[in-house]
Amino acid sequence: MTNIEELVKEQAEVHGKERKNLMPILQAVLRSERYISEEAMVAIAKELDISTADVYGTASFYTFMDTKPKGKNVIRVCKTITCHMKGKDAVIGALEDLLKIKLGENTSDGKFSLLQANCLGWCHKGPVMLINDEVYPEVTPESAVEVIQEYLKQK
Amino acid sequence: MDNKIKKVDLIFEKVDYLDILEKSFKRTQDEIILDVIDSGLRGRGGAGFPTGLKWKFAKNEEADQKYVICNADEGEPGTFKDREILTQSPEKVLAGMALCGMATGASKGYIYLRGEYNFLLPSLSATINKFHEDLKELNFDFTIEINSGSGAYVCGEETALMESMEGKRGEPRNKPPFPTSSGYLGKPTSINNVETLVFALMIAKEGPTKFKEMGTFDSRGSKVFSVSGDTPTAGIFELELGMSLENFVNEFGDGDTKAVQIGGAAGFCVSRKDFKDTVIGFEGIPTGGSMMLFNSTRSMFNILKDYLEFFEEESCGQCTPCRVGCQQLLKGIEAVKKGVKPPAYLDELQKLSETMKLASKCGLGQSAPNPFNSIINNFREEIIY
Amino acid sequence: MSKYKVSLKINNLPVSVDEGTTILEAARQLNFKIPTLCHHDDLCVAGNCRVCVVEQEGSRALPAACATPVSEGMEIRTNSMKVRQARKNIIELLLSEHNADCTKCFKSGYCELQEAANEYRTGDHVYLDVRSQNEVDISSPSIEKDDSKCIRCQRCVRTCTQLQSVSALAVTHKGKDMKISTFLDKPMNDVVCTNCGQCINRCPTASLVERNYIDQVFDAIYDPKKFVVVQTAPATRVAISEEFGLGPNRSTGKLVSALRRLGFDKVLDTDFTADLTIMEEGTELLTRLKEALVDGKDVALPMMTSCSPGWIKFQEHIFPDMLDNLSTCKSPQQMFGPLAKTYYAEKINKNPAEMVVVSIMPCTAKKYEADRPEMRGSGYKDVDFVLTTRELGRMIHQAGIEFDKLDDEKYDSILGESTGAAVIFGATGGVMEAALRTAYEIVTGREVPFANLNIKPVRGMEGIKEAAVKIKDVKPEWSFLEGVELKTAIAHGLTNAKKLMEKVRDGSANYHFIEVMACPSGCIGGGGQPIPTNMEIRKKRAAAIYEEDEKMAVRKSHENPEITAIYESFLHNPGGHRSHDLLHTHYSPKKRY
Repeated sequence: MTNIEELVKEQAEVHGKERKNLMPILQAVLRSERYISEEAMVAIAKELDISTADVYGTASFYTFMDTKPKGKNVIRVCKTITCHMKGKDAVIGALEDLLKIKLGENTSDGKFSLLQANCLGWCHKGPVMLINDEVYPEVTPESAVEVIQEYLKQK
Repeated sequence: MDNKIKKVDLIFEKVDYLDILEKSFKRTQDEIILDVIDSGLRGRGGAGFPTGLKWKFAKNEEADQKYVICNADEGEPGTFKDREILTQSPEKVLAGMALCGMATGASKGYIYLRGEYNFLLPSLSATINKFHEDLKELNFDFTIEINSGSGAYVCGEETALMESMEGKRGEPRNKPPFPTSSGYLGKPTSINNVETLVFALMIAKEGPTKFKEMGTFDSRGSKVFSVSGDTPTAGIFELELGMSLENFVNEFGDGDTKAVQIGGAAGFCVSRKDFKDTVIGFEGIPTGGSMMLFNSTRSMFNILKDYLEFFEEESCGQCTPCRVGCQQLLKGIEAVKKGVKPPAYLDELQKLSETMKLASKCGLGQSAPNPFNSIINNFREEIIY
Repeated sequence: MSKYKVSLKINNLPVSVDEGTTILEAARQLNFKIPTLCHHDDLCVAGNCRVCVVEQEGSRALPAACATPVSEGMEIRTNSMKVRQARKNIIELLLSEHNADCTKCFKSGYCELQEAANEYRTGDHVYLDVRSQNEVDISSPSIEKDDSKCIRCQRCVRTCTQLQSVSALAVTHKGKDMKISTFLDKPMNDVVCTNCGQCINRCPTASLVERNYIDQVFDAIYDPKKFVVVQTAPATRVAISEEFGLGPNRSTGKLVSALRRLGFDKVLDTDFTADLTIMEEGTELLTRLKEALVDGKDVALPMMTSCSPGWIKFQEHIFPDMLDNLSTCKSPQQMFGPLAKTYYAEKINKNPAEMVVVSIMPCTAKKYEADRPEMRGSGYKDVDFVLTTRELGRMIHQAGIEFDKLDDEKYDSILGESTGAAVIFGATGGVMEAALRTAYEIVTGREVPFANLNIKPVRGMEGIKEAAVKIKDVKPEWSFLEGVELKTAIAHGLTNAKKLMEKVRDGSANYHFIEVMACPSGCIGGGGQPIPTNMEIRKKRAAAIYEEDEKMAVRKSHENPEITAIYESFLHNPGGHRSHDLLHTHYSPKKRY
């Protein structure tokens, strides 16, 4: 068994093999891999005895459940109204320059993905960005760059 | 009308929630529910269904299992109060769920927490564990679990949320049946917004009178507002309902407020000329709490475009009026702006938005045209030129 | 159980209906037609296209008639100004995301969206074009999928998951990107699709249609070097009439006549090889029973029929551990092909390389089946082109043949003679009935003990049927079957088949012989049959099939004189050497995930 298959099997044991447990299993894969690979979807379909198309159909509904490879750290900058008003474009621009990628892309070393997201629920403290599950409210282009540099230092 | 904004402190007030539960436990289900009905509390997520009635429907169902769900899928742009409540007063939310469980006969509760708030998981789980211990002392059988979302605004719609909890695409169901008779896994389910549950708990504590005395006939009590946009005082404020928008703007505006979007992206945009006559509440413009202020530097075209982009992506896509309608509204204003379509095309789109309101399957499609209509009506020239 | 009655008014007319009835059904009772697109009588409620919205007194929003149950005192208007405006807008919205190049479209004239648009006289381009830009998926030899024509009604997905338990199709993504797709948007030929074509039968537009080969067949017909023979499946002869607005009808003679007028060199019958299938499959069953009961061998039982290529592919994907249970017999279509290019070619003195075998099938999976690499028993591609009943209807229209005015004609000989046992292959239970008529008589020397040969327990539309036949007073050579109760089961529609297979796999069901047809109601409800389909239509087709059987001079496969002749002069024995080379095949497991 591959690592993914083991992870899926273990999660299916933890949460149960019923359809209603699909979300937490997908989310566990997401936490570990940052995206839901074909291999993971096949393993989940087997464990829950549902079709792969059904797993894909469900995963693709949820914005956070990417089915294409993502970097180790997924940066999501909120694009909705107040964050837009308060300068999310400048933040994204600064991150694009720093990471040398465009919005929607992954860095070639696989460390980062840069994405936009709909309202993250910090409208009074925009612009806000999420790195994996970590929130960074009231970022400026400069502070956003500093945050990423911290991540770069870590690994 | 009184021209004061009245700040209230019910939601974040520290209380002995176990004491409230213990006392409630000694009462009958009907007594608990009657208080909630009497208080006039209506759902604080935005739709405003009378909470007590909802509980009564669920209570009256015969079933081997019933559920309580706390809707913490706070996705409405401009709303962030539930996150704050779950951060500051999580135990009150849990107690509110337990109260609902007592009243309706449910032994199982779920919090559907939006994926964007995953950072709350560790602290919330710890609070739940402690809460379970507390409940043991009360000898009340009620457990709570967290289900996480993964980035889908429409899952805030109650039946879409239940679909998601069942491991499916978050597509709203046909209603009837309503969740109180057939909800999560087909069982009677009371689903309530985070804030609503806390108010219910406070009503159990204080009795209905204190709550009922606040606000207006249609909009009893207070409400937590999320204030954002062009304001020097962005943040969370619990205010008495029924104030005029003018008073609100006087308190929170930056002196140059040209429009306020009440109720989030799905709400209504009110222009300066109507501030005075606009009541914030169910008799006027209801809101789940979102108040976004815009000053005269803002382009209403850009604001509307943002909203429509949001809906075009966040529609679940199953029903025609919403899926295609949202795309048409967005592409339509862009076409008018570019001169590809004549200004009169906006009238065509307003007819379409009426169809979306009338014929969409769920609240998302029914309310997505609100910002469109209100911005076109108030700022038509900004859209065209 | 008596149900509560609910009284309501529709367009001011009172009506009383059972509790739980939808507004749509109640309106039908008053003869008010409410337009629908996502609704289908065979499928569960979706309520997502919203074309069927109606006005309800006291309600601001317009409820969907298909998804809203009636309630006491309700007052409904199905055609108010508010309703008309909303409906018109909704149709216009659908047109804005739909590739409405109707004049180029295979489904033009048969398209439910087109019909709705015509009724409401909608403008063509009221809204901006928001069509998805996609390549048409023609990876599958059976099914063509064009997302630009899709209106997201999800009928296909409900068909694929609920009726068929295949789940090759799913709804994916959301918002403006929501679409009907496959696992990771893979081509249709690379997923678990069984090619059953049931999705096509229910697609309101041309987003899902059969791969059509009309032009190729006309090219062959007009090519003087080619000798083109055509075979017609049992179920086509009771449904082709629907293509001409005549309803389900016995029209074998007109069908033959039309094919001759189209220019086919010989008009032959798959029913002949249906009879042959009974000989081969019956023998195979008796052989397996003998091996199990006398020789004590570990042979795979129950034996399962193999006429339905959608079922075969389903089994290969979903139950690969049970492939040995499948009869090794090719389907009647694929028995016909190699015989046409060997036995028949020799008889009529034609070079098989110059022969083109065309089959008219109620089926889309037959297109895939004909393409399988195993299906080259003659040394050539045994069946060159497979056309659905619908494609044939289109050819007849194109050729200007007035079908309803045609005289009845007879099939050419040879490979044209058949029995009543063959024609009932078209309905669920038919193969079982035909097999029992022959096998019972071979073993006992007597006719099956059912009045007028009609084995009623295997007929009808119940999803899974069972029938047991006690065998007694057998001929000496079949003594091992004395007193045996032959247990059979029949399933139609793959969801029923799956349920039955699960019972067989876990040992909770114990049968000798199982008939499975992939399509609901069997081949008469096949994925290549005229559209629309529903239970009422399929029942009429089945009735026509059984009537056809009763009218046949010979009603048992083993009494078909051409069958006797082919065994005497060519095949020698059922299950013999030549049969094995030409008429039998094997199966291989396929990926489920």
